[in-house]
Amino acid sequence: MATSAGIELKELAKSYGAVRAVRGIDVSVDPGETVALLGPNGAGKSTTIDMILGLLEPDGGTASVFGRTPTQAVDAGLVAAMLQTGGLIRDLKVRELVALAASLYPKPLDVGEILDLTGIQSISEQMTHKLSGGQTQRVRFAIALVADPELLVLDEPTVAMDVEGRREFWATMREFASRGKTILFATHYLEEADAYADRVVLMAAGRVVADGAPTEIKALVGTRTIRATLPGAALEALERLPGVSNAERHGESVVLVCSDSDAAIRALLDGFSHARDIEIRGAGLEEAFLQLTTAEEEKDPA
Amino acid sequence: MNASYVRYELIRTFRNRRFFIFSFGFPLVLFFVIAAPNRHVKSFSGTGISLPLYYMVGLAAFGSMNAMLSTGARISAERTTGWNRQLRITPLSTRTYFRAKILTSYIVAFIALLLLFAAGRTIGVHLPAHTWIHMLWLMLVCLIPFAVLGILIGHLVSAESIGPVIGGSVALFAFLGGIWFPITGGGVLHEIAEALPSFWLARASHVAIGSSGVTTHGWIVLAVWTAGLALLARRAYRRDTKRG
Repeated sequence: MATSAGIELKELAKSYGAVRAVRGIDVSVDPGETVALLGPNGAGKSTTIDMILGLLEPDGGTASVFGRTPTQAVDAGLVAAMLQTGGLIRDLKVRELVALAASLYPKPLDVGEILDLTGIQSISEQMTHKLSGGQTQRVRFAIALVADPELLVLDEPTVAMDVEGRREFWATMREFASRGKTILFATHYLEEADAYADRVVLMAAGRVVADGAPTEIKALVGTRTIRATLPGAALEALERLPGVSNAERHGESVVLVCSDSDAAIRALLDGFSHARDIEIRGAGLEEAFLQLTTAEEEKDPA
Repeated sequence: MNASYVRYELIRTFRNRRFFIFSFGFPLVLFFVIAAPNRHVKSFSGTGISLPLYYMVGLAAFGSMNAMLSTGARISAERTTGWNRQLRITPLSTRTYFRAKILTSYIVAFIALLLLFAAGRTIGVHLPAHTWIHMLWLMLVCLIPFAVLGILIGHLVSAESIGPVIGGSVALFAFLGGIWFPITGGGVLHEIAEALPSFWLARASHVAIGSSGVTTHGWIVLAVWTAGLALLARRAYRRDTKRG
């Protein structure tokens, strides 16, 4: 691992005054991996990314990128990123801005090719300060890609994009990943992490609370609940149903927390045919995060 | 030095002509308004310098100071949009970034000086070639502290308030530095003027009457301002980038 390191974070920590944004995390990403940094707002994702990029100095621990310090990796042109915030400079045409970005790197990709790849060829002669939010995001993506970096870091890249824009964005990113590039992206959408990452690092309250394949993470935070009006049913019987991990009663209705909601709903309808007003919903990601975080806090009080 | 980066920096500057108003437009208009009707005044306020020459250099100083401080406006705008963070995750060095900014400002300042000198000629400022060159060179050197000041305010002031800050600073430097009227004959005002870089910038006109323009005292003042401002600019830059 040490010889072929991609990103290595060791006990990485950062505080802003009394707020401990990142509380000593250990993460390692192999070269060529696509890793999602998943977590709710305030989990410490952006702070972690800023330290990987050398924009922030950690208070404790170390971050290394391809065996170098973040600043060395950036200076060598190995890294490019699309940050969460940040507009474009004005008074340049889109093509000129992408060419400017290309000129800063040792071995950039062809500007025309990147304009095609990111779907901004048609706006390449427009001024950068006259673009829509979605167009701006695409240009920012083009600026990161034209560098042809070994590591591409994306901090909540799809926030300002519409559905179509997102789809195209991820298609382009996949194509880029297939060239053996290392990609780290932060998101608070479980679906994005699940669909596009090889691995998901789940962060909450400045800690890594889970790290594994998307399916594992999904099982962990992707629980669903079934809610039904079911007077008189015994909770013990409900809890014994396949796929149900917990049952609660609220007046006439019951709430079943499920590890496998598909199995649970079939069993429920077979055994309790008088159940009505049935609702199945995914436990909100925020809720799931909150549970995990609370569990983490109890294990290791801050 | 990244030639391509500098080229785009220049393209941007020449597309955004807001700053040209104060670097060229305003000084040129003011010069003709003040100097054209008084073109025959051979010794302005007992200085031994003709009024057109005095205001030609004075307004060239005014315009070029504005040009140098506009570095601050461009840096401030890039900080506000977050573009400076984007640049910090590229291999572009800080040194190149600042060099490109200063070079661009110097080109605008140089044009301001040439335009005012040309305007002076049209209303009768006639000097030997070597004197023109000497004045030009002297003024470009005297602008160094203003280049550093531009970087400093770029890291201290937000994009919304940078306009008034530049306007106010130039007005103050011009007024106290004796650009609007000669400050001579001792007194507090004279002492203040002599301690300002703008005073020595405007003193370039004395080259035309056989003086060296900038005295040893003047070089010391310019050096101290440059060193002091560089120290503050470095601190402001560090503080700015630490916050991320």
